[in-house]
Amino acid sequence: MTTSNASPFVDEDALFRPADFMAHADTDEREYANYSYIRETVNRFLSNKGALVSLVVISLIVLVAIIAPLVSPYSYSDVNSSITNLPPRIPGLEQLGICDGTQNGVDLYAEAGIPNEYHFFGTDGLGRDVWTRVWEGTRISLVIALIAVVVGVLIGIVYGLVSGYFGGKVDIVMQRFTEVLSSIPQLVITTLLIVVLQPGLANIVIVLFITGWIDMSRIVRAQVLKCKTQEFTLAARTLGVSSRDIIFKEILPNTMPQVVVTFMFSIPNAIFLEAFLAFIGLGIPAPTASLGTMINDGYNAAMIYPYQVLAPVMVLAILMLGFNLFGDGLRDALDPERS
Amino acid sequence: MGAAGVVEQGGPLLSVRNLRQYFKIPGGNVVKAVDDVSFDIMPGETFGLVGESGSGKSTTGRAVIRLDDITSGSIVFDGDDISGKLSKEVAQRLRTNMSMVFQDPMASLNPYRKVIDTIATGLDAHRPHMDRREREELVYQMMDRVGLSRSQANRYPSQFSGGQRQRVGLARALIMNPKLVIADEAISALDVSIQAQVVNLMRDIQQETGAAYLFIAHDLSMVRYISDHIAVMHLGHIVESGRTDEIFSHPVHPYTRSLISAIPRFNPQVERDRHPLVYDAKAQGIRYDEGSYHIVSGTHSVLATDQQLEAWVD
Ligand SMILES: Nc1ncnc2c1ncn2[C@@H]1O[C@H](COP(=O)(O)OP(=O)(O)OP(=O)(O)O)[C@@H](O)[C@H]1O
Ligand SMILES: [Mg+2]
Repeated sequence: MTTSNASPFVDEDALFRPADFMAHADTDEREYANYSYIRETVNRFLSNKGALVSLVVISLIVLVAIIAPLVSPYSYSDVNSSITNLPPRIPGLEQLGICDGTQNGVDLYAEAGIPNEYHFFGTDGLGRDVWTRVWEGTRISLVIALIAVVVGVLIGIVYGLVSGYFGGKVDIVMQRFTEVLSSIPQLVITTLLIVVLQPGLANIVIVLFITGWIDMSRIVRAQVLKCKTQEFTLAARTLGVSSRDIIFKEILPNTMPQVVVTFMFSIPNAIFLEAFLAFIGLGIPAPTASLGTMINDGYNAAMIYPYQVLAPVMVLAILMLGFNLFGDGLRDALDPERS
Repeated sequence: MGAAGVVEQGGPLLSVRNLRQYFKIPGGNVVKAVDDVSFDIMPGETFGLVGESGSGKSTTGRAVIRLDDITSGSIVFDGDDISGKLSKEVAQRLRTNMSMVFQDPMASLNPYRKVIDTIATGLDAHRPHMDRREREELVYQMMDRVGLSRSQANRYPSQFSGGQRQRVGLARALIMNPKLVIADEAISALDVSIQAQVVNLMRDIQQETGAAYLFIAHDLSMVRYISDHIAVMHLGHIVESGRTDEIFSHPVHPYTRSLISAIPRFNPQVERDRHPLVYDAKAQGIRYDEGSYHIVSGTHSVLATDQQLEAWVD
C-alpha cells in the first residue's frame, strides 16, 4: 500500500483545519428553567376532557360520601318499622310532581305520620334512610377498595422489582408461584376464601388483596426486564451503584406511569369484586352498608320499589366509569412518548 | 498524547491476557464472542479497538469493566486482578477508576432523572453523605468541562440533542476522575460534524485529566484521529495491533488492509483511484486458531502462520 514510512494520511490532514466546534455548542439553548415533568403531566391530563370530568365526578362522590352521612338527620342503621319502603321525597322537586313522596296518588309520608320529613332516596324495607345508607355504603366500598389496592400495589411493586431484577432462579420460583395463584379464577378464589374466613370488613380486604397484587407485579416485572438491560442501568452498574439504588432510583421511576394507571384501574375492579361478594350474600354483615350489600338488599324488591336498588347501582356505575376514564386520561398524560 | 498529571510508573494501566468470553446459546451451541484476546493500555493513552459488527468489541469492553463474568483469562487493572470475584475494596477501586460511555444517546440516560442527578450518579454511589452544595458544584464544573451550560442542569434527557446527551454521558463517566474510560461506539450514533465535536472534546479532557481511553469503533477513520495504539478485531480475535502510525503505514494483515482501503480519502486524486479491498477469511483460507502472534516491528504484531506472514509482508 505504501512504501514510505510516513502515513499517507498525514499530508492530507495538513490540508484541513478543525472547525471551532464550541462556537455552536449553545446555539439551541432555550429557556427550560420552568419545566417540570409533573407540571407537563398535569397540563396534559387537564387538557383531556373526559379525564377532567371524571376527576370532578369522583371528587364529588367522595366528598358527598364523607359529608352526607355526617349531616344527615338519619343514621344509616336506625330501624323504624312504621316508615318502611317510603318512596323518595326531595324538597324543590316535589313541587314539580316528581319525588314528592306519593305512590299511586297516595302521600305515603302523610300516611306514615311524618308529613314534614324528607327521605331523598326513600326508605328501605326496615325503614332506614336510603340516602344516608347509599353514601355510607359508598364510603365503606371506597375504603375497602382503597386499602386492598394500596396494599396490593405495594406488595406487587416489590415482588415485580425483585423478581425481574434478580432474574434466574429467584424469578423462576416467584413466577411459578404467581402462575399457580392466578390460574385459579379470581371469582372462585375470592368466593372460596371468604366462605372459609367468614365475611367481615377485614377479611374482605384480605381477600381482595390476595388476588389484587398479581397484575401489578406482572406489569412491574415486565418494565424491570425492559429497563435492566438498557444502557442507563448498565451505566449505573459500571459506576458501582448498589442493586438497591438501581432498583429504586433508576428502574422504579420508569415503571411509575404503568403503576399509576394499573392502580387506577384496580380500584373499580376491587369495588366491583366487593359488590359481587355482597351480591352473592358474602358481603359485610348488616347493619353496615356497602354498595354491594345495598344492591343485594334492593334487588329483592326491585320490581316493587326500584329506587332502592337504583340509587346504589347508579353510584356504583358512575364510580366505575369515573375511575376508568380517570385511568385512561392518566395513561395518556403520563406517557413520555407523547410529550 | 500527553499524559499530564499522571505519574509514569512504566507499567500498563490495564493488562488483558488470553481473555475468552463464550456464550451458550439455545441448542447447545457456544458463541466464541471473544477468543484469546490480549492487549495492554498504558496510563493516559488512547487505545482504539476496531472491527466490523459482531467482531466482539463490545463484549471485550463489557468484560473489562466487569458487566459480565468472563469465561477465562486475566484482567489486571491498576494493580488489581479484576478477572475473578471482586472483593469489596477492589470493586470500589474498579468502580471509581474505570467508567464507560455508551453508544445510544437515548437509552444511555434515564428519561426520568434530571441531568444533574444523572451526572452525579458516581458521587451518590461512592460519597453518599456529600454536602449538597459541593455535589452541585462538582456537577457544574463537569458540565462546564464537557461544554454544557449550567442552566441545563435541571433538564430531562428528552430535552437534549443527541450530541448534548453524549456530553451528559461523558460527564457522568468522568465525574469520579477515572483512570480509564471505555467509550463503546460513543460517537457512532451521531452525525459526522457532531462526531468531530465529541472526539475533540474527549481529546481535550484527556489532556487535562490524563485519563486513558479504550475507544471502540467500527471504522478506522475516527480511531486513527484519536488513538495512540490500535487493535484490529475480527471474529473474536485481535488480528493486528500496534501504534497508530505503524498500523497505517505498514498494514500487514489483509483484514486491516481492507479496513484501511475503505476509508474515504480527502485528496480527490487519491480518492478516484481508491479501490476497497475485499476480505473473506474463509475464501482466502485464513484460520485464526492456526496462527500465532508475530512481532513485525516494535509494538506492531500480527496474528498469522509463518507462511502467511511471509506472503503478507513481502
Ligand atoms: N449475551 C450474549 N449471548 C449470546 N451471544 C452474544 C451475547 N453477546 C454477544 N453475543 C455475540 O457475540 C458476538 C460479538 O458481539 P459484540 O456485541 O461484542 O460485537 P461488536 O463487535 O460490539 O459489534 P457492533 O459493532 O455491532 O457493536 C456477536 O456474534 C454476538 O451475537
Ligand atoms: Mg458493540
